[in-house]
Amino acid sequence: MEYEVVIGLETHVQLKTKSKMWCGCANEFGAPPNTNVCPVCLGMPGVLPVANEEGLRLTTLTGYLLNCSIPRFAKFDRKNYFYPDASKNYQITQYDKPSTANGYVDFEFNGSISRVRITRAHLEEDVGKNFHFDRNSGVDFNRAGVPLLEIVSEPDITSPDMAYEYLNALVDILVYGGISDCDMEKGMVRCDVNVSVRPKGQKELGAKIEIKNMNSFSGVRKALEYEIPRQIEVVTKGGKLSQETRRWDDVANITETMRSKEQAHDYRYFPEPDLMPFEPTEAWLETVSKSVVELPLARKQRFMTDYQLPEPDAETFVNDVPLGNYFEAAVKGSKNQKAVANWVINNLRAKITEAQIPLADVKVKPTDIPELIALVDGGKINGKIAQDVFAEMFATGEAPARIVEQKGLAQVSDTGAIEKFCDEAIAANPKSVEDYKSGKIAALNSLKGQVMKLSKGKANPNLVGEILERKLKA
Amino acid sequence: MLNQLTISELTAKLVKREASAREATQACLDQIQRVDGQIHAFLSHDAADALAQADAIDKAIAGGASLTEHPLLGVPIGIKDVLAVKGQPLNCASKILGKFISPYDATVIQKLRAAGAVVFGRLNMDEFAMGSSTENSAFGVTRNPWDTARIPGGSSGGSAAAVAADECIATLGTDTGGSIRQPAALCGCVGLKPTYGRVSRYGLVAFASSLDQIGPFTKDVRDTATLLEVMSGVDHRDSTSVPQPVPHYAAGLTGGIKGLKIGLPKEYMVGGLAPEVNQAVQEAVKQLQKLGAEVVEISLPHTDYAVATYYIIATAEASANLARFDGIRYGARVDGDDPISLYGNTRGAGFGPEVKRRIILGTYVLSSGYYDAYYLRAQKVRTLIRQDFLKAFEKVDVIVTPTTPTPAFKIGEKSDDPLQMYLSDIFTISCNLAGICGLSLPCGFTADPKLPIGLQLLGKPFGEETLLKVAHAYEQSTPWHQEKPAIKT
Amino acid sequence: MAATDIDVKYVAHLARITLSPAEEQKIGAQLGNILGYIEKLRELDVSQVEPTAHAVPLINVMRPDEVRPSLSNEEALRNAPAKANGLFLVPKIVE
Ligand SMILES: [Mg+2]
Ligand SMILES: [Zn+2]
Repeated sequence: MEYEVVIGLETHVQLKTKSKMWCGCANEFGAPPNTNVCPVCLGMPGVLPVANEEGLRLTTLTGYLLNCSIPRFAKFDRKNYFYPDASKNYQITQYDKPSTANGYVDFEFNGSISRVRITRAHLEEDVGKNFHFDRNSGVDFNRAGVPLLEIVSEPDITSPDMAYEYLNALVDILVYGGISDCDMEKGMVRCDVNVSVRPKGQKELGAKIEIKNMNSFSGVRKALEYEIPRQIEVVTKGGKLSQETRRWDDVANITETMRSKEQAHDYRYFPEPDLMPFEPTEAWLETVSKSVVELPLARKQRFMTDYQLPEPDAETFVNDVPLGNYFEAAVKGSKNQKAVANWVINNLRAKITEAQIPLADVKVKPTDIPELIALVDGGKINGKIAQDVFAEMFATGEAPARIVEQKGLAQVSDTGAIEKFCDEAIAANPKSVEDYKSGKIAALNSLKGQVMKLSKGKANPNLVGEILERKLKA
Repeated sequence: MLNQLTISELTAKLVKREASAREATQACLDQIQRVDGQIHAFLSHDAADALAQADAIDKAIAGGASLTEHPLLGVPIGIKDVLAVKGQPLNCASKILGKFISPYDATVIQKLRAAGAVVFGRLNMDEFAMGSSTENSAFGVTRNPWDTARIPGGSSGGSAAAVAADECIATLGTDTGGSIRQPAALCGCVGLKPTYGRVSRYGLVAFASSLDQIGPFTKDVRDTATLLEVMSGVDHRDSTSVPQPVPHYAAGLTGGIKGLKIGLPKEYMVGGLAPEVNQAVQEAVKQLQKLGAEVVEISLPHTDYAVATYYIIATAEASANLARFDGIRYGARVDGDDPISLYGNTRGAGFGPEVKRRIILGTYVLSSGYYDAYYLRAQKVRTLIRQDFLKAFEKVDVIVTPTTPTPAFKIGEKSDDPLQMYLSDIFTISCNLAGICGLSLPCGFTADPKLPIGLQLLGKPFGEETLLKVAHAYEQSTPWHQEKPAIKT
Repeated sequence: MAATDIDVKYVAHLARITLSPAEEQKIGAQLGNILGYIEKLRELDVSQVEPTAHAVPLINVMRPDEVRPSLSNEEALRNAPAKANGLFLVPKIVE
């Protein structure tokens, strides 16, 4: 029998705020343990949470970026469970009235566009961090209370690779939108998996098995690559799967039972009495929606269609948004879009890397790039000289035409002058002339080089070739 | 004796330099020395710290500090052991907090300090404010100053007893289902539960977050008005505090209540009411009529469901609020081989029986499969109870009821029957569910033994001004607030 | 409304409170009694009633995203029953 796989992901992402969700402690990675803590995030007796507006704003903004609807009523709930890293032994989260719902993420997968629907993205708080020693454990609450977005997907994912690509696309969107830095190393993104298998064509879902403890996206893929065949094998052998939570062991590369359905937590959710509901106003939503940015996939598609760029160039401008924006400013009014892309990607980017400066500090005006290209295309300067002109533009910010003029770099297309250089070159290089005449066509290049040298690079290379050929054949 | 004075009497003396804040504080400390062995209102008090505060205030008075800016100038105010005072112990009358010292001040404490009060002492209470008799304290019962064989009420029993016994000029307590009004009634002082959101809860160790409010215990209504004005106002640290302007409550006590409509709920004057209580309340109603108020019979039809509703909502919230007491970040730890056994051991040993009972009840009503039947249903009934009051307040300005069905009962009398104990809160509980304000003040005494009887006034949301006006008019026309218990020492 | 028999042992475990067998029995009986009383809420038809979570109708209470001073590590750990290296110590966490 053939089996199909149904995968849903729960992704937790730390929001990029200055302070924590309920208190004024810094939302900062890497501080010494228990120094970004206060009575509120330590769950001291008597303290109360107050919602960080930026946390709510970023949540709503995520909703827009993930094509969600934004309910006009959202509230917070308590999720009750005891764990040493939970300072109140309940987590403030959104249970039945989340801030966003019913969205989707489109992404490229296997050469076409796939869509994974988003059930909800809700706001909650992060917990502290546990350190394990030989005989005991220690808890650092610096992370406790950091705003955390839980993004729950529908079970639309059908393979480990698809899960992997979805996660990368999701992270791209969130980094793009300024929602989160999504630094995996710093634990800013974490992901749990729900996976089940069923005979192909069967409607009802198989037993849902949750897998936890993957600490990278490739870990998610590996865990699924292990878990799916395992489940299929159990079912094929006539066994029965039952709902459970499994742990990914990334040393042994296996999943193992963590708790069964019977041991599942009873979270006893109820409305958080210390926080009032959130009912976003039209004005507030409008302000938030102004921060919505173009998503990576849409940007790539737009760059490919609008500017006729090849995919790698478009991808470059998706991965480096400021550079892409610079390109867009430069390409305006240019007929040679591909050349603008080449100059920006090959020359400008190389110079920036070399000079180690941010794009914002670059002196070259975007509009000067098409001007430079026009000089080349119009035969005013040749490609080699254009490089020198660009170096000068980068150093001084001067317009290309002025540089050409001031430095007398205009291309020599005066055939009389070129003929003179050609005669000189022919006279000075009898060996090359001999070679050419005996059929070594390549010798022409050597002579061409001599002519360019004599013209200090300014001779129109096409004319040089033509004249030389004519003279040698004569 | 300075400790016997009211806030207004004491502050008047202090600004006239007829006495010092140090003398006033010392007088309270002396009274504690004299009577608290009998009463046990205080769990502890830091005399040196109190006197240091008093000295600083005396300096400020010498420097010209005024009552308009500091309405509590030099007034020693005792604090229930459920409010955080920086550098002082905070135990909630429970063993589970161990040697906890608060790293911060509650907002009300900051406000009291800013108003010039001497903030001192840890007043006894039912553990985590769960109880109606202060018998649930882990550190011994508080006794009623009028009869030390009897309970002072609860949960703010220490706060009420300390005021009644003149160990303080005023105290702070908290009220989740009657925990200010009931002990105030049983000890013969004035106690007010403000409208939910009137006073910041920041620094109040939560029992039931949607019901808790901090309020004052005083010797007369004017003092309640003065103290309430200091305590009230929106606080950016409490999302449930309401940005409603704070009236000048004391300035509003003009005496006249002519034409005010007073509602008498028929559901409250029923069986179980002690005859002497019934009579005292009837007399009080007549007195209010004499003062020009119009008495109207009203109906609060869902009254009978209030206790059941309360014990679902309050315990559910408590089960989460008290989860943080786990022996990890603070408190008395009873170790275990793993965190789970540490939790069980710590909480099993640290909480007293009533707290355990309520946490388990609250956990149960929220647990999988029971939420809709208990918690959600209770929240819906809460809506009905609130609507009853809002409807009644369309017709009347204030509602009058007895505060408690009986006067103070004997220590141990109800401690083995939690349900009977819960039912004794029948008149006070609805007020918290509805989020309105309520006040209790003395309206007479039983004959033998002589025990105070409390009259409860309930007001509209943010209707404290009217409540205080009526209470003040009644108080000034009756002798009850002048009576003092004779404490055997 | 649900049955009034309550599995005290199970619920106490959910609440992480270890009870002695005697406590279990006593609390079970008392809670049975209380839950029996609570049954009276079943008399009311609440199908058309909205629940009240807060008695005061406030919405959108927020604070600006500003960093405020935290406690020092020493202050944070002052009340801790067990601490080392700036951390709160607990028995070894397994799971
Ligand atoms: Mg979550
Ligand atoms: Zn904090």
